[in-house]
Amino acid sequence: MRIRGGKQLTAGGAVAMAAVALAACSSSPTSTPPASGSTTTPAAGSTATATAAAVSGTLNGAGSSFQNTFQESAIQAFKSVQSGMTVNYNSVGSGTGRTDLASNVVQFAGSDSPIPSTETASFKGKTVLYFPVVIGPITISYNLTGVSNLKLNASVLAQIFSGKITNWSNSAIKALNPGVNLPSEAITPAVRSDSSGTTQNFALFLQTAAPSDWSLGDQSTVKWPSNARAGAQNTGVAQIVKSTPGAIGYVDYADAKASGLTAASIENKSGAFIAPSTTAASVSAGGVTVAPDLTFHAVWGSGSNAYPITYQSWVLVYEKQPNANDAAMVKAYIGYLIGAGQALLPSLGYAPLPSNIDSMAKAQLSKITS
Amino acid sequence: MSVATRADSAIPAESAHPLRHRRPLGDRIFAILALAAGLLVLVILVLIAVSTSQQASSWFSAEGWSIFTNTWNPGANQFGVLAFIYGTAITALIAVIIAVPVSIGIALLLTEVVRRRWAVPIVYVVDLLAVVPSVVWGLWGILVFAPWVLHIYSSIASGVNGIWVLGFLFGGQNISGASFFTCGLILAFMITPIVTSLSREVIATTPSIDKQGAYALGATRWEMIRGVVWPHSQGGVVGAVLLGLGRAMGETIAAALVIGSSPTITSHLFAPGYNMPAGIANLFGESSGVFRASLMGMGVLLFVITILINVLARGVVERSARRARGA
Repeated sequence: MRIRGGKQLTAGGAVAMAAVALAACSSSPTSTPPASGSTTTPAAGSTATATAAAVSGTLNGAGSSFQNTFQESAIQAFKSVQSGMTVNYNSVGSGTGRTDLASNVVQFAGSDSPIPSTETASFKGKTVLYFPVVIGPITISYNLTGVSNLKLNASVLAQIFSGKITNWSNSAIKALNPGVNLPSEAITPAVRSDSSGTTQNFALFLQTAAPSDWSLGDQSTVKWPSNARAGAQNTGVAQIVKSTPGAIGYVDYADAKASGLTAASIENKSGAFIAPSTTAASVSAGGVTVAPDLTFHAVWGSGSNAYPITYQSWVLVYEKQPNANDAAMVKAYIGYLIGAGQALLPSLGYAPLPSNIDSMAKAQLSKITS
Repeated sequence: MSVATRADSAIPAESAHPLRHRRPLGDRIFAILALAAGLLVLVILVLIAVSTSQQASSWFSAEGWSIFTNTWNPGANQFGVLAFIYGTAITALIAVIIAVPVSIGIALLLTEVVRRRWAVPIVYVVDLLAVVPSVVWGLWGILVFAPWVLHIYSSIASGVNGIWVLGFLFGGQNISGASFFTCGLILAFMITPIVTSLSREVIATTPSIDKQGAYALGATRWEMIRGVVWPHSQGGVVGAVLLGLGRAMGETIAAALVIGSSPTITSHLFAPGYNMPAGIANLFGESSGVFRASLMGMGVLLFVITILINVLARGVVERSARRARGA
């Protein structure tokens, strides 16, 4: 299958000339017919800026499941920008995505974390570029009848998720919620059974914001206390929270909304309690330091309106592409993701990149060469 | 005498050569194709074993023999998988303990009790269980069965807490719908068809003349089954049970959904646990480095264990088949 893909790419180079000619005819109808009318208009605009000519061929990517909803929508919408290109994204998890990129199974990988030091050797010294594509809030959803606006902070969350606070009537929770009638009910932490970037970034938040109360690390798999209940994917955790009275779990914003869960407000760096939202997540990401290679951690960002449990996901590509057509395809697609594609994000439950990071990512596009 | 010896040696020599030449081309191609197909399976097995062991080697070199301790904590780079091995053994054991009496009961019902007219639809229904995909078992288990059975678990646990052995197995405070026991039950449903159909075939080979003989001596149906059918089919049934055990140990997706995903070693069967296939399926996506190598290593362990059980099962079945032919 991979071999066939490779052949298509070389054939794509030959067809490219014809596609350029066709683009003139195809660009005029694209602005009118597709269903998602609002998104296609800026999309058509980006073709002029990001890539001049039409490219064709197949671009394969794999990785982060957090990005998957965005990738699926972006791939659909991208068809009206580059009708000659086929983009595939396989949501196999960040770790597998990075392995696939290292072994050249795919041309780009989606990853929720930078390449860990244990994996750098597998990339054989080749430069990998990080393109941040999405930001997203992780909600702390809970199931307590009669309590609609729970306030929590990192310290209490760390103690709940390491099994030190086991009852809702605990004095530390009461202190954060004066006047709220908290029942004397056992707390059931709901966690992920699969290894996940959501777990990793939630643990990273606890580690960053409450290092003295959190000792379980910041990996994609955490050794949870025995009172925790594990579910597969965000939907599995949401299902546990929904069906278990007294449960509290960390759930991706889109899935929490879809399941109709109640989310707690979390204390941020400046001491304000902020409810999860896409705009508050963007604020948090805008308030963190970004490294020159565009790696950063969006959790615990500064800003009075920042939602502190925010995480990010990147698209990883090699700086040096094997041929000119590959480089053009990668540039066209990533240019779309960080350009016009950002308009798709809020309706999918993600937050768009803050403008400072977005412009850094756009500037980095020119580094991709063949 | 010399003539005779020459003739003796000449006959096989002369007959072998013409035969070899006379074998048609199609026949030879067929022989090569069949041999290739047979070898292919072996080659694939060996390649799987070699490549997974190779990828798991960094696990062993990093952890040494502590891979067999109960220290699973990827966050702290500890990868002892004893809890997963324990979970695999416990869930498979629960599955076998529940599935085997039921399966043998159904097999005896079909062969000795009901008439053929009724046996056919029952066989059909039991075989339908085998057609249900494992992910459907898992989803039904976690969405329907686990919430429902949680209340039963809770009442059993509060009833037996403190009682010797019972409290040890079914008590405890950490009761969950997704647990060792739920996983064992789901696995029991899944292996019942295979154990039933294999046992039924073995039991059906009991010579009718032996059974008639037992009846002629005045045996009741139960005495006939105990005295004739059981000794005859014992070995085959044990083989069927071992094959079921192998399947229960390797079952992945259903287990991953209903086992509760908590790598703990506890005697309390209603507590959430973990087993090897579920661990691999759940944790592979976001793993890297030694973490990934440890998951590969669990795969190798599982591979070795299931192969051993299958070889053992095959041996037991063949030995009993030989004995049955001899009898």
